[in-house]
Formats: sequence, C-alpha cells, structure tokens
Amino acid sequence: MEKKMSDGMRLDVRLPIGIMFVLFGAIITIFGLFSDPAIYERSLGININLWWGLVMFAFGAFMLIMAWRAAKKNK
Amino acid sequence: MHGIQLGSIDYLLLFIYFAFVLGIGFALKRYTKTSTDFFLSGRSIPAWITGLAFISANLGAQEIIGMGACGAKYGIMTSHFYWVGAIPAMVFVGVFMMPFYYGSKARSVPEYLKLRFDEKTRAFNAVMFAVMTVFSSGISMHVLAKLLEQILGFNYHLCIIVSAVIVLVYIFLGGLTSAIYNEVLQFFLIVLGFCPLVFLGLKSVGGWDGLVAKLNTVATSATNPAGKALAPGAWTQSWAHMNSASANPMGVEWFGMVMGLGFVLSFGYWCTDFLVVQRAMAANSMSAARRTPLIAAFPKMLFPALVILPGMIAIALHQDGGTFLPKDAAGNVDYNMAVPAMLAKFLPSGLLGIGITALMASFMSGMAGNVTAFNTVWTYDLYQSYIKPGQSDQHYLRMGHIITVVGILLSIACAYVASAFNNIMDMLQLVFGFVNAPLFATFLLGMFWRRATGHGAFFGLLSGTLAAALHHGLTLPVGSTMGIKGGWLCGGHVLHTYPVDMAQNFWAAIYAWSTCFIVTIVVSLATAKNKTDDELRGVVYSLTPRIKEQGIVWYKQPAVLGVIVLVAAIILNIIFW
Repeated sequence: MEKKMSDGMRLDVRLPIGIMFVLFGAIITIFGLFSDPAIYERSLGININLWWGLVMFAFGAFMLIMAWRAAKKNK
Repeated sequence: MHGIQLGSIDYLLLFIYFAFVLGIGFALKRYTKTSTDFFLSGRSIPAWITGLAFISANLGAQEIIGMGACGAKYGIMTSHFYWVGAIPAMVFVGVFMMPFYYGSKARSVPEYLKLRFDEKTRAFNAVMFAVMTVFSSGISMHVLAKLLEQILGFNYHLCIIVSAVIVLVYIFLGGLTSAIYNEVLQFFLIVLGFCPLVFLGLKSVGGWDGLVAKLNTVATSATNPAGKALAPGAWTQSWAHMNSASANPMGVEWFGMVMGLGFVLSFGYWCTDFLVVQRAMAANSMSAARRTPLIAAFPKMLFPALVILPGMIAIALHQDGGTFLPKDAAGNVDYNMAVPAMLAKFLPSGLLGIGITALMASFMSGMAGNVTAFNTVWTYDLYQSYIKPGQSDQHYLRMGHIITVVGILLSIACAYVASAFNNIMDMLQLVFGFVNAPLFATFLLGMFWRRATGHGAFFGLLSGTLAAALHHGLTLPVGSTMGIKGGWLCGGHVLHTYPVDMAQNFWAAIYAWSTCFIVTIVVSLATAKNKTDDELRGVVYSLTPRIKEQGIVWYKQPAVLGVIVLVAAIILNIIFW
C-alpha cells in the first residue's frame, strides 16, 4: 500500500517543466540573437526575445536543479 | 481583426508544447494501474503541485479571454472576481472545509453528500454537475476554436478536433495525475508567456501612472464601454465608485457584488465545485490538502496583473482613435479580442509563439479539468452507485477510460451548441447560478449543523435551483430581449429590470442561496435525522475531533497561511481602492 501511494510522484513534474522551458528559453534566446532587429519595433525597440528567452532558460534550469536535488535526496 | 502572422519559430514552439503535453501522458501511463490512480492520483501529490493545479484548472476560457474582456469593459473593478470573488472562499475551503472533504475519505463532492445526507441528494448533485462540466468543457473548446479561427485563420473544426484529441490522449493515459501535471506546466507557461506582454503594454502607455491618466479620459468620455461619462477614476479604482450601480462601469452596487459574487457565487464555486476540490483531494496528506487552496491563493491574488491589466491597457489604446479593438458582426466593439489584440500589437515572432501557446494551454487546462471531474463523478457517483455496483477495480478503471472518450465527444457536441451564445462569462455565470449558488448553503449546513437531514438537503437544493430559474425567468437586464437573458416565464413582462446582466446573475445567486438555506433548515426540522452520530463522525464539524497540527512548521499551518492570504488581499484592495 505504502509503495503504491508514492507511485504518482515517481515522475517528478519539475523534470518535464524544466526541460521544456530550457528548450523554449534556448530557442528564443538564439532566435533573439540572430533575428532581424526590425521585428522589435512592436516590442518598443527592446529585443524582448533575447531577454525573456534568458529568463525562461534560467527558470527551466532552476526547475531541473530542484528535480535533480530531490532525486539525489530520495536515493 | 488584426490578423496575427505566426512565423515558423512560433509553430515550432507550439509543436514542442504539444509534444510535452502528450509526453507527460505517456510517461505517466505505467503509474496508472488502479481506479484510484486514475481518478484521484492515488492521493499522492505534494501541496505545491495540487495548489498550482487548483488555480490552473480554473484557468480556462473565462479567465484569459473573459477577464481581459472584462478588464476593458469594467476596468479594475474586474479584480473583484479575484480579491472578493475568490480569495476569501479559497481560504475558507482550505481552513474549514477541507478537513471534512479529505477526512471523510469521500472520492468526490457528490460522494461527500451521500456520506453526509443521502442518495438522492448525491444523485441530484452528480447529475447537475456532470451536465455543467460537459458544458464548460465544450464552451472552452468552442472559444478556443473560434479565437484561433478569427486571429490566425485556422479552421474551426480542425481546432476542435486537435484540442479534443490532445486532451483526450493525455487524460486517457495518465488520468488525473496527467491533468494535474499538465495544469502545472500550463500555469508556468501562462505566467511566463503573459509577463512580457504586460511589461511592454505598461511601458507603451507610460507605466501605471500613464495608464491611469489614459483611463481617466476613457472614464469621462461618453463613448466608453459603459456608454456614458463616469467619474475619472471609474476604470482604475476598484471600490470608490460602488455606492450606486449607475456610477461604475460594471453596473452593480457594493452590496449586490459582495453578497452575490463575494459570498454566494464565490463560495459556491471554490468550496463545492468538484473540479477544483478534486485537485486538493489528490494531495498526499490532510495537511497538504488543506494547504492546496491556500497556496493557490497567492498567485491567484496577483493574476489580475496578468489577465485584467492587458484588457485595461487595450481599452486605453482603443480610446486613441477607436481602432485598436475590432468590431463584431453586430457592429459592437468586440471586447473578447482585447487580449489577442494585445498579443498581436506587442509580441514579436518568438515570444508571440509562447503567448499563443499559453493561450492554448489555458483552454486545454480548463477543458481537461472539466473532463477529469466529469469522468470521476460519472464513474463513482453514477455508474458505480446506480448502474453497476460491486464490480472489480479494473472494471471501473476501464469505465473511466470509456467515459473519458464519451465526455470528450459530449464536449464537442456542446462546443457546437455553444456557438449560439456570444458572451462566455454571462453564460457560465448563468449555469453557476443555477447549479452552484444553492449548493454552498447545503454544504455550510451539512458541515456545521448536525441536525440537517437528507430530506432537508435535497429539497433545499431543489428549491434553490428552482428559485434561480424562477428569478431568471421573471427578470431581465435592461435592453435585452426575452430568452437566454431571462424573462421567459412572463412573456417579457418582467417583475424587475437590472441595469446589467452581471447584476441579474448576482441577485439570482443571492435568491437561490437564501431559498436553499431556509428550505433546508425548515425541512430538516420537520423530518427525522437519517444518519446516526457514528456515521457522521469525520463528516460534521461538531462530531469530528479537532485536527492537531503538531510537528508542522508555522508557515505550513493552514490557519497561519489563511491569515497571511487574507491580510495580503486586504492590502491589495486598499492600494487599488
């Protein structure tokens, strides 16, 4: 019974979240670096892809670190 | 409409998101072996996850698009849906009600009604709830498809099929856990997707002070959404203009708002709606279940900045020139386009993909929340109770799979029905008024008054629902014709006319609640108790031993968290008074 109760959390939700946002962040940051500056006219001249891409990347990395720490603790 | 052009990078992001959503379903498949795993996540989820899922499940169509639309139409008063219409109820359900939901070991809200009252009360609630969830899920799907058709030129039918299939696959494979995990994913996506929009929007109007100045001209202009000049702060002060219904854009006075929305509708929804309560029931301990709505309250309180503010900025931008928001088929300004218009205006390709993905995520989470609640209520409260009791667990798990498919198909049918109605928010409020408003009276009496009987609860609920219907049939909002808006009982010769349909909804809820409350008490006193004290242990307040929260650090104690949440909400109300 005890074993079954822990089944739901065997997949740490932070893992898929972390991977997805690292991926999203990386793609958008790189796109921000190489995209035509003209598209940032709408975002008031700010290269929002570059900056927000980095934020998303950092958030994803933070989630992965948390998941990794939890996994280490469980072992 | 400002057509939004998606670049290939935006599609790439959208497909990555779909892949992750489905991937979570596949990854959870092997952990979903019993009906408890499928319907209740094996009661194994930590509080922060159930907490985020708790708000995310509610973050469907009405939230992103509807709240953006209301932000444009009513300004900052819309945040009453959060600070008055959600936070107090969320604290109440966590601190006072969760001990009975979680402690009674009921697997659903209708099942709690059976433990507390009787079969007929449960059946009534289960059937009403099942109908309501299918409708909500259908509306969510319809709104998504219509929106994508309008702004991106996608095919309506294709959108319905794709979103239905994705939600179907991930729930079918991973059950409630899958829905909850995806809701958490969607929560972060919505927050991270909308933050840059709010930042850029605010920056373009000169910050908060610039927005206030612009909205003051909106408020004093005769061509604003209210259609008449109001006091300058009407769009940016949440309480200052609520003394009379005619002084604010929402058309409600403070009493109707606080009682109708803040008390009846809000408590009816957050405290008794299985869609949200189910998330807390999946928590891994009593303490985690109680903390679920309290943890949810913190982000919920700040959500107006993400979902209402874009609408307020949109109406400020619309005021200069009157072209920012498009017109609908009837020639009226289409406020539902406030958020999409903001996305189109400020987000460049790249982040635009994230914004659109977040929008889709919000619709899917709203839909998935309804489907998981529906399949549980159907399987446990209708199928297992009345159609085929006493089968093996595997039988009910199989039923869960089947009904998930059926639920999605019914939702699709409802999506097409929903095309007939244009204002989502009013439509949902109408359904909630009929179903949820009286329910909170039943639970309040059930949990805290042990003399309440099964007959009392049943006839109370029935008469409360009828009172809501009767009220709706006898009243109309100004300028509406008889039909879905009301007045159908008296051939249009209504007893009372409300300034706006929002006020009509609030008052319907107040009448429904009061009727249910009084009838339940009267009938209970006239009938014999149908449950022994022993049966009611853990179900009713006075017969349940107080919970001792020993060995839990202070910041994890529900009562402490509850007080912090309430104080924070009061501070927000004062800042934006």
